[in-house]
Amino acid sequence: MPANKTLAILGAGKLGVVLTQLALRAGYDVYIAGSGSADKIALSIQVLTPGAIATTAEDAVAHADIVILALPLGKYRTIPADKLRGKLVIDAMNYWWEVDGRESEFADPMTSSSEIVQDYLVGARVVKALSHMGYHHLLDESRPAGTPGRKAIAIAGDNDTDNQTVAALVNNLGFDPVIIGPLARGKILEPGHELFGAHVDKKSLLTIAAKNED
Amino acid sequence: MATKKKTDQSYISFGLDSFGDIPRGTDGKLLTHAAAIRQVIDEAVLADKLGIDTIALGEHHREDFAISSPEMVLAAIASKTKNIKLASGVTVLSSDDPVRVFERFSTLDAVSNGRAQVILGRGSFTESFPLFGYDLRDYEILFEEKIELFAELLKEKPVTWSGTKRASLDKADVYPKTESGHLETFVGVGGSPQSVIRAAKYGFPLMLAIIGGAPERFVPYVDLYKHAAQEFGTSSDMIGMHSPGFIADTDEEAVKIAWPAHKTNFDRIGRTRGWPPITREHFDYEVSNGSLYIGSPETVARKIAKSIKTLGVNRFDLVYGGGPMPASARLHMVELYGTKVIPRVRELLAEQSGDASK
Repeated sequence: MPANKTLAILGAGKLGVVLTQLALRAGYDVYIAGSGSADKIALSIQVLTPGAIATTAEDAVAHADIVILALPLGKYRTIPADKLRGKLVIDAMNYWWEVDGRESEFADPMTSSSEIVQDYLVGARVVKALSHMGYHHLLDESRPAGTPGRKAIAIAGDNDTDNQTVAALVNNLGFDPVIIGPLARGKILEPGHELFGAHVDKKSLLTIAAKNED
Repeated sequence: MATKKKTDQSYISFGLDSFGDIPRGTDGKLLTHAAAIRQVIDEAVLADKLGIDTIALGEHHREDFAISSPEMVLAAIASKTKNIKLASGVTVLSSDDPVRVFERFSTLDAVSNGRAQVILGRGSFTESFPLFGYDLRDYEILFEEKIELFAELLKEKPVTWSGTKRASLDKADVYPKTESGHLETFVGVGGSPQSVIRAAKYGFPLMLAIIGGAPERFVPYVDLYKHAAQEFGTSSDMIGMHSPGFIADTDEEAVKIAWPAHKTNFDRIGRTRGWPPITREHFDYEVSNGSLYIGSPETVARKIAKSIKTLGVNRFDLVYGGGPMPASARLHMVELYGTKVIPRVRELLAEQSGDASK
């Protein structure tokens, strides 16, 4: 049984569903919420991720040891920030200009989107992870620890204990965790950077990360 | 073996999909957009002669694809063909007008003697939004409202409708009506659960766009569609999939032609979306385990048969000619698909169902 065994996944789209599938397989309890009421996603969850509990964002968060953000980044202000105070929050979202627009606050090339999310989520501890690998690679390439060629997931966060907690989760989900530094460093995982879309092993990930030192 | 009628749901239909990628001429240079469109027409004429069931053309509004008005090209194909179904793939309904879409496709249905088919989608490209004056922030509501209106229009009776993103209609009657009373309409989805449920809600046949990763991951989506259809009391008989691929005489030849074209295509799109360039390792993975149907007729037929069986679909459309390929190689591919791959897939599926009944 994993530590921090209850997850809240906010976002019931492609990424949210895949993360829920991986988490259930790893033995986590998962509460998942879409953008509205629980019954809107109840059928999808029952069929695609049997065992997960479809609920509202507020309710999911109240149960959770770790909250994972898997909604469209442009909707981050719909996250119930006050309910996330004190929580460990994994930001798996990405700025997608085609939907979020070029004029967006996220278009700033110097600031990582996770820092903007952290500013909004006052009192929460935001760690950037599970954001750079495409959702179908996440599903296809999850492997038990020790499997040769196992793929790696980068983690960027400001607090070492939190980074370690996220690393344990990433490992349980089927990937080698690689802590690349503080939250701001997560910029190198975002669209337009070499690690965005990367589904490579730990060694390759470290090599690419080193090449992209500021 | 008795020939199955095409209206029978156990009949597996095979199609070709194109976005009007720009091929290379014999001199190695890219054709003009106009010539690329004529190339697609030639390919569709050949496909019709070979008995391929559908040609589906998708709209884009960018330099690397020549087709922005699929139904214009389909109308040209209609005048030169007899049996092939003429589909869009997809019509980006969010940035179009449902009334005009109905009018254009019911007109296509008229000129083709009932061969028109619409595949509605949200599209994975969004250039059409600024081009036609739509706000990307309305991405979801635009599709939601317009599919609702389109479902009403398909009844071919006066429509009364109101929404927030388009002028209301009060007993509006829209022409031409189709002779069959039914303009065939699919919904194309890329794996968003809500889109699958929406298709079931309106009783639209489902077209799964499976463009990367193992096709098995879509099995739960097929289940979701069936469950949802049951709940809404609609039909879930027709489920199709579309995936990219390329066929040549041998596996080596197919990869030799497809890899550079695919890489050019993928990397160009990746530059605007922030993906890194595709690696040969990733390409090979997609060919062997993922969703690229590239190889000799035997290799591609086996892969298609496996996907059809795994997902339980009754329609497979191959997105062909991705990237700047030699025009002659594309035409040869259509020939191989019609003469070798499709008959071989049918044979493999019949063998497997024969085995199962023993």
